[in-house]
Amino acid sequence: MRILIVEDDAKTADYLAKGLGEAGHTVDRAGDGREGLFLASGGDYDAVVLDRMLPKLDGLAVLQALRAAEVETPVLILSAVGHVDERVKGLKAGGDDYVVKPFAFSELLARIEALSRRRGTASAQTKLNVADLEMDLLARRVTRSGKSIDLQPREFKLLEYLLRHSGQTVTRTMLLEGVWDYHFDPQTNVIDVHVSRLRQKVDREFETPLIHTVRGVGYRLAAEA
Amino acid sequence: MTTPRRWWRGASFRFAALYALLFATSMAALGAFVYWSSIDVIERQVADTVQAELRGLAEQLAEQGLPRLREVIEQRSAPGGDTDNVYLLVGPGGRRLAGNLSTWPERARPDGEWLRLELYRTLEHTEPVEVGARAFELRGGARLLVGRDLGAREALRRTILEAVAWGLGGALLLGALGGWLLGRYLLSRVETVSRTSRRIVDGDLTQRVPLTGTGDAFDRLADNLNRMLARIETLMTGMRVVTDSLAHDLRSPLTRLRSRLEMALREHDLEHPEKPGGLGDADRQVLEQALSDVETIRGTFDSLIAIAEAEAGITRVGLARVGLDELVAELGELAEPLAEESHCRLVAEVAEPLAIAGHRQLLAQAISNLLDNALKYGCDGGEIHLVLAREDDRAVLSVADRGPGIPESARAAVLQRFVRLDESRSLPGSGLGLALAAAVAKLHESTFELQDNAPGLRVVWRFELAEG
Repeated sequence: MRILIVEDDAKTADYLAKGLGEAGHTVDRAGDGREGLFLASGGDYDAVVLDRMLPKLDGLAVLQALRAAEVETPVLILSAVGHVDERVKGLKAGGDDYVVKPFAFSELLARIEALSRRRGTASAQTKLNVADLEMDLLARRVTRSGKSIDLQPREFKLLEYLLRHSGQTVTRTMLLEGVWDYHFDPQTNVIDVHVSRLRQKVDREFETPLIHTVRGVGYRLAAEA
Repeated sequence: MTTPRRWWRGASFRFAALYALLFATSMAALGAFVYWSSIDVIERQVADTVQAELRGLAEQLAEQGLPRLREVIEQRSAPGGDTDNVYLLVGPGGRRLAGNLSTWPERARPDGEWLRLELYRTLEHTEPVEVGARAFELRGGARLLVGRDLGAREALRRTILEAVAWGLGGALLLGALGGWLLGRYLLSRVETVSRTSRRIVDGDLTQRVPLTGTGDAFDRLADNLNRMLARIETLMTGMRVVTDSLAHDLRSPLTRLRSRLEMALREHDLEHPEKPGGLGDADRQVLEQALSDVETIRGTFDSLIAIAEAEAGITRVGLARVGLDELVAELGELAEPLAEESHCRLVAEVAEPLAIAGHRQLLAQAISNLLDNALKYGCDGGEIHLVLAREDDRAVLSVADRGPGIPESARAAVLQRFVRLDESRSLPGSGLGLALAAAVAKLHESTFELQDNAPGLRVVWRFELAEG
């Protein structure tokens, strides 16, 4: 992926560039809003990481200018302003995701990789599958190796989210946001217990597990570990 | 938020009623004064006329004796004379000698006092007329009565009463109208002030009370209010700037700190590929511990800012209609497997759809804080009850556990930031969960109470229902 980082704090930008580079992405950098807008308008990035507070041109202004110019590159807003209404403001301005500083790099990486996927796939899919696990979105039915798996509505949504991001790491906060639409930080292991229930139904009676734990980060649904 | 008032309790109506009453009372007082003084004057005039007549008759009597008196009376009471006058002269046996009355009225004692008599007079009167008169006993046993019709007094009385009645009606009408108009005018000005302040309470700090420019008492009130608002806005903006810049200035170094630790961890793993995620590696443990500390700091910091913002009402602008029933059921479902892991049962009871004006995210966080607390401290007794019910026009949420509870003396304190009971210090936690819930309750103008569940703790949270 080609990723543009627009961040005025050089240390944070260095670190992001290094981390994303190690994860196999190509990274460009901009140190202020104006330069960021100029580079992003070029348009051939897969994702933009945009700091909320920038010199010369504010992050939200950059975002609005981009969207006004019909540049649809996915944008992840990086912000020091945490509270939920700011998040809404960022998403309304055309942002695709919102991460509050200080962030865990793994969280950011997972979200960036999820972004590109979200833009790419059409939502008209009616069937999702990984290996022998299949989900029929219309019939609301899940089978593995042809064997039907009975899921509660919330478990179904959880599995759907994992399937839509199959092969990618999803974090606990991503799950809480994506499946329950809550944007607070779960202090407890509440997500883990839900995933472990789902795992009981999806993996227990089968030889190869599909739901993998990514240590310290979250989960990944994939054919191989 | 305002409940519809009954019209007769409105200020406009009270003004109108008060004004009408005031007008009518003064009108009635004026009428009564005119009435009593005019009636008095008329009666005195009648008495004077009677007196003059008597004086004339007495002269005739003194000069020429009874026969002449009889003659004069016959003359005066003849059809050509003043018909308003009444005369009667009777002999010692009570026989009528002269005059325009047929019989001596029973009530008329011949002692010279002023009398008011009701008499049936000559043919044309079918009803008794009121007559003012004097009666005397003459030498030789004859009696004389001279009087005058008080009909003029009666006519005047009727005229005045009629005028007062019309005036009273008019006064009531004008008074009510005037009062209503004045009331409406005053109210509209008060309403402007109260509408503006309501919007400010709801979080829009840019609102100001408009001035009319006349410099009257209302303008002065509005001006003072505007100054107060400007001051509050300055304070709130100040608070916002402080939290935002604090957030920025603290988050940036925290971000760098976290980045460095993560980078060090990654490099460590690259240098020691033989132990992937190797437990027992001292360096790695130190780094992981430091990272988890950063995470704790961040959590505490986020909670503190959220509490401060909720308390200041900054987030009030974001209030929208929230289906509390769905939210509570959802949060119950979210926490249920967690309860099962802690070997207790979470019983969620949501009776009916109840909507409030609320902040979904903050409510969710506050309610899950309450559930976390119940799971953490109240799981011993086996059951946690999460109940949403309707009580009149309020939604009542309660979270009840069977744990050790909170002693009454400590209940107010635990809603403060960083206050934890001594017994719970050994358990992980920041001491901000209940403080955040209390701040979110305040933001929603709801009441938040800790009660004894005998045994255990019951948190009772009452919300005003949304309109419509």
